[in-house]
Parts: sequence; structure tokens; C-alpha cells
Amino acid sequence: MFERTKLILVACIAAFAALSPLIGGMNPYYFNILISVGISLILAVGLNLVNGYTGQFSLGHAGFMAVGAYLAAAMSLGILFPYLDPPQWAPTAEELAADPQATVAKWTYPFKALWLLFGWLINALFWCHNHIIPLGAALPGWGKFLFALFYGGAIAALAGLTVGVPSLRLKGDYLAIVTLGFNEIIRVVLQSADPVGASRGLPGIPLATNFFWTFTFAALAIYVVWNIVHSTYGRGFLAVRDDEIAAEAMGINTTKYKVLAFVIAAFFAGIAGGLYAHFFQYINPEGFNFMKSVDIVVMVILGGMGSMWGVCAAAVLLTILPEVLRKVAKIEALPEWAREIAENRMIIYSLILIILMLARPQGLFAGWVKKKTRPA
Amino acid sequence: MRILPILKHALCSLPLFLTATAAFAQNEIIVGEFASLTGGSASFGQSSHKGTQLAIDELNAAGGVLGRKFKLITEDDQSLAGQPATIVRKLITQDKAIAILGEVASSKSLEAAPICQQNNIPMISPASTNPKVTEVGNYVFRICFIDPFQGTVMSKFALGKGYKKVALLTDVKQDYSVGLSEFFVKHFTANGGAIVKDQKFSTGDKDFKAQLTSIKTTKPDAIFVPGYYGEVALIAKQARQLGIKVPLLGGDGWVGDSLLKVAGNSLDGCFFSSHFSAEDKTPAVQDFVKKYQAKYGQAPDDMGALGYDSAMILADAIKRAGGTDGAKLRDAIAATKDYKAITGVITIDEKRNASKSAVIMAIENAGFKFLETVAP
Repeated sequence: MFERTKLILVACIAAFAALSPLIGGMNPYYFNILISVGISLILAVGLNLVNGYTGQFSLGHAGFMAVGAYLAAAMSLGILFPYLDPPQWAPTAEELAADPQATVAKWTYPFKALWLLFGWLINALFWCHNHIIPLGAALPGWGKFLFALFYGGAIAALAGLTVGVPSLRLKGDYLAIVTLGFNEIIRVVLQSADPVGASRGLPGIPLATNFFWTFTFAALAIYVVWNIVHSTYGRGFLAVRDDEIAAEAMGINTTKYKVLAFVIAAFFAGIAGGLYAHFFQYINPEGFNFMKSVDIVVMVILGGMGSMWGVCAAAVLLTILPEVLRKVAKIEALPEWAREIAENRMIIYSLILIILMLARPQGLFAGWVKKKTRPA
Repeated sequence: MRILPILKHALCSLPLFLTATAAFAQNEIIVGEFASLTGGSASFGQSSHKGTQLAIDELNAAGGVLGRKFKLITEDDQSLAGQPATIVRKLITQDKAIAILGEVASSKSLEAAPICQQNNIPMISPASTNPKVTEVGNYVFRICFIDPFQGTVMSKFALGKGYKKVALLTDVKQDYSVGLSEFFVKHFTANGGAIVKDQKFSTGDKDFKAQLTSIKTTKPDAIFVPGYYGEVALIAKQARQLGIKVPLLGGDGWVGDSLLKVAGNSLDGCFFSSHFSAEDKTPAVQDFVKKYQAKYGQAPDDMGALGYDSAMILADAIKRAGGTDGAKLRDAIAATKDYKAITGVITIDEKRNASKSAVIMAIENAGFKFLETVAP
């Protein structure tokens, strides 16, 4: 099994390489949709590891995507972060010269004490960032882009770890709220982070994402998640999902598995973010809000939690469906009323979601695919 | 693994789904518009779209330009990131739009601008005020004034009113506010005015008594408060409670439903700058208001007027260019000079921003009232 999946992966990447000159010449609009499909695939497959296979409910996937997108963009644009100033405990010489009675308000001390806790840590992270940037800038051609992608992915994984360790003690709804909170924190921090454009967004990111890299990473994401879940080790994820208490009783370190799932999912979300940033060439904190997270969760739920191919199909379907409806609304051969209905494509889109959920609550392909493949 | 062919099938049939190109007469001038017709900023998008549609209908009723009629193709970006890029690619490559009109939100315009630039298709944004939008390239224009301009306009107005001493109350969280203050100060002090106090607040603050008390001691002639309506309403209320009777001055951020609801009568006698007023007695404006009212049954707002102007300026440029060739059209738009639009006399400057007049609105008896037009 292991050898076969590896073979398929290599074959896929080779096929993408062969196809990419062909696809490079296609209509930019279709190309745009195709890249969006690839990015959705990576996001949905990653989230499926957390929400599907491990049975945790994360609502903050767009937050990790934002981390990846911003750091990959910062790498490509060579943006350095200015260090935070240490807090001011006493008036400066200048202030004293202007007003000998000048003092620093006592009530600010507790807030400044926070700096002692986190300020140095943030500055240490900034120091690392500022020293990694020149390394990436020195790389030639694609190396720089790949370095930026992996850098974004790695920091997103780190973010996944920091969120995961304290919050994965929570279960179900509570975890959903915490991850949602994380998503909002990331968005708000980015909105006021001046080096990366704050709420104005970050324009001028070089165009580097192409068909080959997007789908190679999508194939990699599928390959990695598939192999993890189908390995002996991966049974741990499924055990956590099926019955956490029983799994713990059997000696499975449930926290470790949950954190690991989070880190892997966050890494791929970061990669997807980097691909997104280098394709759309402009990122804005608003683009990674709660609704974006919900979109990804919908792909996972519609596809069937823990069904790899169902989730992939849902990611493809949900990305192209709005565009197909957009087209239908413009077909002049259709009668007026039909076009009128298609005009309200977001309602149709939502209706399709409701109908699919009613008809196949277990997911698009759950059932008939499982029987033919190994049980997952 | 047997699902892989299905996935491939889904990907391959993507172009098939979407190849339904609308047939259109060769002779028509195709104009693409992207707007937020649904989602978070839908109220802006709907208004600007209504204005644009009105202009196109009017142009066609008059026989079009150069003997050719216009065809406006509007696509909804759902106020979502990633969508503007997709639909502008569609408008340019599928619908063969010769120019793009849109968006109100700067974050959406910034995403579409690089695509228009790469395809040598002129883009006119009706109302994106972020200076970065037109910096993307020489095919990107705007017909609204940018934020700093309003600062200068209000300074001129204040000097004209005979105010010599003005205090500032700036929202440091908003670029918009900081920009307005900066240009207000520059113009005001260069022309003999004095800034007697420079106070700051942050978006979301509720209590402004400390800043207002410190402003009161300096006895200014007026206070410049370039914030958004939420805070401005509270500032006005608290200022009156503290016995500050001087007028407050501000920019178009004041316009919001809740401004007068919260502030009540405390803003009476204050002034702010804006794009357009339906109360402007100029025949052209009244004519536009009447047509808009007849078509949509409501009075036009700023965005409606700007949407209308964007289409009219494009039509004017096509007439002068004698065709729809991208480069020639670009030059023609760049050469727009003293064009008498609804929102003022517009000249496109060398940075592709509009140099135009602003309107000053007064507040009387808890209602807006058009006061005068201020030339740049």
C-alpha cells in the first residue's frame, strides 16, 4: 500500500509538470478557478485531519492560512519587523527637561508588566524572522518562492502548536469557540500590524503561484494525510475520534495526537495561504475572517468528515459551483425566469448545501467509496 | 484509491461546465463592472451599481458613443476576498470588457487593479480612497478625492469662516483620520492658522472627557474631529455637556445613520466635507437626483453619484479616444480635464487621482443641510 501511494504521488507530480505548459495557456478566468480549487483542496484536506479523522471541531483554519499568507508574503517582499520598545517606567530626560514634575502614571504598571511576560518572546520571534528573511532572499528563482511557502507553513504550524497545546484539553463546542477566538485574534493583530499594511492590506506581492506548485502541494497534502491516517500510528487519530476515553484507557496519548493533527493541518493551511498570497498578489486581514473558516468547515462536512475523497470532491464542487451558477445566469438561451433564479446564485448555492445535507448527511461519498477501499 | 479518476474527471470537466460564452453584437462596447452586491459592504455596492446602470441606460438612450451602444456586465464579488480577482479575470478574458468600473472598497480594488494593469485594461474606481489603489499602475484611476484632500478642504473652509485657533481630536487607529489631520494642519498653519491643542483617541473609545477638558482650556474657535460617526456622535454629546459651544469640523466619515440618532441636537452648527449632496441646487445635480429617484424610488447617495460619474467619465474618454483600444483609452482617461460631473468638476492628475471639489454639509436641527461647494 505504502509503495503504491508513493508511486501515485510521483505519477501525479509528473503529470502536473507535463500538463502545466498546456494549462498555462488556458483562459485566465478558468486558470483562476483551477488555482482556487487547488488551494481549497489543500485547506479542506488539512482540516479533514482535525475535524474528520481526529474528531475535533476547529473553526479557526483561516487564521492559520492568514499566518502562512502574511509570512510568505513578508518573505517575498523582504519585510522586516521592527522590535517592540521596552515599556517606559520613568519619565525620560527630555520629558523632565520640559516639565520637571513629569511622572509616568502608576496605573500603567500592570500593563507594562505584561511586556516582561510576552514582549521579549515577541521580540525573539521578530529577531528570528528578521534573520531568516535574508536567507530566503539570497535563494534564486523558485527557491525563494518555495522557501517563502515553507516558511509560512512552518510558522503556521508553530501557531497551531501554540494554540493546540493549551486549548486541546477542551472538547467539542468549547474547542470550536477557542479556535474561533484564535482566528479573530490573528485577524485583529494583522489589522493593526503596520509593517504588513495593517487594515489597508498588503499589495504588490510577486506572482509566483502556478498550476504545477498548487497541485503538487495539493497532492502532497492528500498523500501525507492519507498515509498518516492509514499507518499504524494513524489509528491513534481514529481512536481519539471514535472514543476518547477508551483511547486514553488503552494508553493512547490523546493530547499528543490532537496537537499533532492540529500542527499538520496548520502547516498545510499555511502553505495554502502562501499560494493564495502569491496568486492574488494582494492580501487583506478581512479575507481571512471567520466566514473563510466556515467555508472550509462546510467543505469538510459536506464531503463527509473523515472521507478523503468526499472532502476533495466537496472542495472542488464548492469552489466551482458559484462560478458555474454565475455562468448559467448569463446564458441568453435560457428563459427569463430561469436566469432570474440563477441571478440569485448565492441562494441556490445555499439550497444545494441544504439539500445535500438532507440527502447525504454522512457526506457526499461516504458509504459507497468506503466499501470499495480499505476502511478508514 | 479508485476515487482518483473521479477527482480527475471533475477537474477535467471544469472548462466544459463553464464554456457557455454569451453571444453579443460585435458593435457593442462591453463595460465590465464588479461590485459588492451582496455581503458586508453590499449597501455601498448596490448604490454604486445603481448609479452606474443609470448612466449606461442614459448613454444608450442618447444613442451611445461613436455610434455604438454600451453593454454593462456586472458581477457580484460578495464582498469576499479572492472574488474580485476571479471576476475581473472573467470580465476581461471572457466577456472582453474594454474597461472595468469598480469597486467602492479599497481592498477589493487593490485585488483587481494588478489584473487590469497586466491586461492593459483601464480601470476606474468610483470610490476607493486608499492612495495605494492608483499606485498599482498607470491603467488604474479613481474619480473620488483621496483622504488627505478632505483635510485641505476643511482647512480652507475653516479659514474662510475666520477661525484662527483650532484644536485637533484625531482617531489614531484610522489611517483615514490621521491623514485628514495631517493635511489639515499643513494647510491651516501655512495659511496663518494655529493649532492650539492636538488630542488623540482610538476607535471604540466611549469617554472623551479628558481630551475635551484639555481642549476647552485653550479656548479654540473650532475643533477638527476627522473620525467616524460612532465616536463623533459621542464626542459631540460630551463636548456640549462640558460646555464647549464651538463648532466641530469633520470629513465624510461622519456620514452614518446613527450619527444624528446618537448625537441628537448636539451637532447643530457643525460642518463636514462630503462627496455629494442631493440638496445641491445645481441643475445638473437636480436633474440626476430626479432621474435616479424616478428609476429607483429613492434619493441617490454618495456612492450612487460616484458610480454614475465613473461610467460617464469612461464614456467621455471613449469619445475623445475615438475607440476602445486599451492604451489610447488609458491616455484619454488620464487627459480628463475639467469634466463637469455630478460630484464636482473632475480633473485627473498625474497620479491618476481625481482633483475635484468637495461639498460642505452643515448640521442644523439634527439634520444635514448642503452649504457650499469648495474647489480644490
